[in-house]
Amino acid sequence: MSVRRLDAHQPASFAFSAENDAWAKATIANYPPGKQASAVIPLLWRAQEQHGGWLPEPAMRVVADMLGMAYIRVYEIATFYTMFQLSPVGKKAHVWVCGTTPCMLRGAEALVAVCKRRISEEPHGLSRDGDFSWEEVECLGVCANAPLVQIGRDTYEDLTPELLEQVLDGFAAGNPPKPGSQIGRQASCPAGGPTTLAQFAKPGK
Amino acid sequence: MALSDKDRIFKNLYGFQDWKLAGARARGAWDNTKALIDKGHDWIISEIKSSGLRGRGGAGFPTGLKWSFMPKNDARPSYLVINADESEPGSCKDREIMRHDPHLLIEGALLASFAMRAHTCYTYVRGEFMRERERLEAAVQEAYDARLVGKNNIHGWDFDFIVHHGAGAYICGEETALLESLEGKKGLPRLKPPFPANVGLYGAPTTVNNVESIAVTGDILRRGATWFSALGKPNNTGTKLFQISGHVERPCVVEEEMGIPLRELLERHAGGVRGGWRNLLAVIPGGSSMPLLPASMCETLALDFDSLAKLKSGMGTAAVIVMDKSTDVIAAIRRIAYFYKHESCGQCTPCREGCGWMWRVLQRMERGEAEKREIDLLWDVTTRVEGHTICALGDAAAWPVQGLIRHFRSEIEARIDRRQAAQKQAAE
Repeated sequence: MSVRRLDAHQPASFAFSAENDAWAKATIANYPPGKQASAVIPLLWRAQEQHGGWLPEPAMRVVADMLGMAYIRVYEIATFYTMFQLSPVGKKAHVWVCGTTPCMLRGAEALVAVCKRRISEEPHGLSRDGDFSWEEVECLGVCANAPLVQIGRDTYEDLTPELLEQVLDGFAAGNPPKPGSQIGRQASCPAGGPTTLAQFAKPGK
Repeated sequence: MALSDKDRIFKNLYGFQDWKLAGARARGAWDNTKALIDKGHDWIISEIKSSGLRGRGGAGFPTGLKWSFMPKNDARPSYLVINADESEPGSCKDREIMRHDPHLLIEGALLASFAMRAHTCYTYVRGEFMRERERLEAAVQEAYDARLVGKNNIHGWDFDFIVHHGAGAYICGEETALLESLEGKKGLPRLKPPFPANVGLYGAPTTVNNVESIAVTGDILRRGATWFSALGKPNNTGTKLFQISGHVERPCVVEEEMGIPLRELLERHAGGVRGGWRNLLAVIPGGSSMPLLPASMCETLALDFDSLAKLKSGMGTAAVIVMDKSTDVIAAIRRIAYFYKHESCGQCTPCREGCGWMWRVLQRMERGEAEKREIDLLWDVTTRVEGHTICALGDAAAWPVQGLIRHFRSEIEARIDRRQAAQKQAAE
């Protein structure tokens, strides 16, 4: 459990872009008639992406109205699910540092230290230029490539503090590095090459 | 005696090859799936039953038996829900299936849905797996375009495959919390009974299966139950994706036979324990909720459901977390306790309060700021959480702490002794 509240400063209104509105209607159609509330997480997520990475309260009301849900039911969703950011995040990157034991064993605490020094002492705080924010998150499910951070849709894996600095430098310069392993591994294949399936370790015909 | 490549199901585990339909077909997926469907609903269920497949999501419940619980004549629609909310710390296998061999999952979903007379399958992907979701959605579109799925598809069984996602809640990996979330609510687990097979998604018959359980279905049916059941050990059959993390030379995900000895798994595929086998301190054999096992129990340890249960641990998702002798084992378990505190949904008091309590006590024990009698008190609290909650998160939070006390009590005591000795010295 964690206590999560709406930000004191909220924009006056929110509206989906035409493209997102069409996407939202198609998404609602994935669920049986009368069960459109099922689309609440996907729609809130799209709203957050449209709104620069955080979810304002007017967007929750827009989504509630689209789905025929009471506002309180949507507020509950937004505060229960921790991927919804309830306050503004860094303009260039909001960094999720995985801190759970498999990452901790391989040095995640040193990655947190980099974020504290470079971005802000406290998680969810903004860097001085407003470009970056960070938080420690629970297991990201990329344990065989630990430790890692996720920024936006992509993961940056097999990190050291130095490699994380390079990743952040890339985002600061508007030139993010290639996602995935930062030491050149192919996905979760053992470093140095596979121990199985040698004939499949090359592009097929 | 290692598993041979010809018996591996996940041939594109690392994504060296094409994940798209053409690549999947070249590796054997979607090969005359119609012939399997033509054998009938009951043949599929009986074949999966006799293969011995046990659910790959952690609990190890026999998959074919689970499917057989679905009603055969019911006015309500039936649903297959695939649990892709992979969040158990240490687990990172379903991700590889979705991004590198998504067609194995889609074909398996068609076969499983047909067996259970379901025309719709929802796959609930954890919110963080955005690229995996995009990949799966693209593969689903290919399958629709090729009329492998959809209305009036070439298999003669109308079937919709819908990709859904969450937004960062471990509890949604619990099957009834997942269903609540899929219905647009907070992920609070439901009381059982009724079980999902009777009252599941939208109040209709539903089966929830893990990604890996569904993705192996096509290969089992095509190659035969006897092929699968000949691999592994009795009651622990087949192959399994093992995920090796922590203090090994080369962490990786690899498909191996059920029952492979731990040492062989680590040394064959992961370069062994960092600093050599003698440097091993402990292993968490099945993801964070499974009690750790000290090195002394690892020498001949076999990784399968029954062998691990005998040692009061478990196979879980086969996420092997290795700790070498540099590990502060109390800190490692304290971090797991924090995870469960963070992820408790708050519905049941023993879990909501107990998880935070266990975490706070372990924080003190990590620093030696505790009394030895508190070790027994901590144990007692774990037993008051375990088995006293609606879902298994309470158990999952209690077991790692129990494992720590069971095997590393002397370490906790030594730390308390050191702290007390230092205080005494400072006072003099």
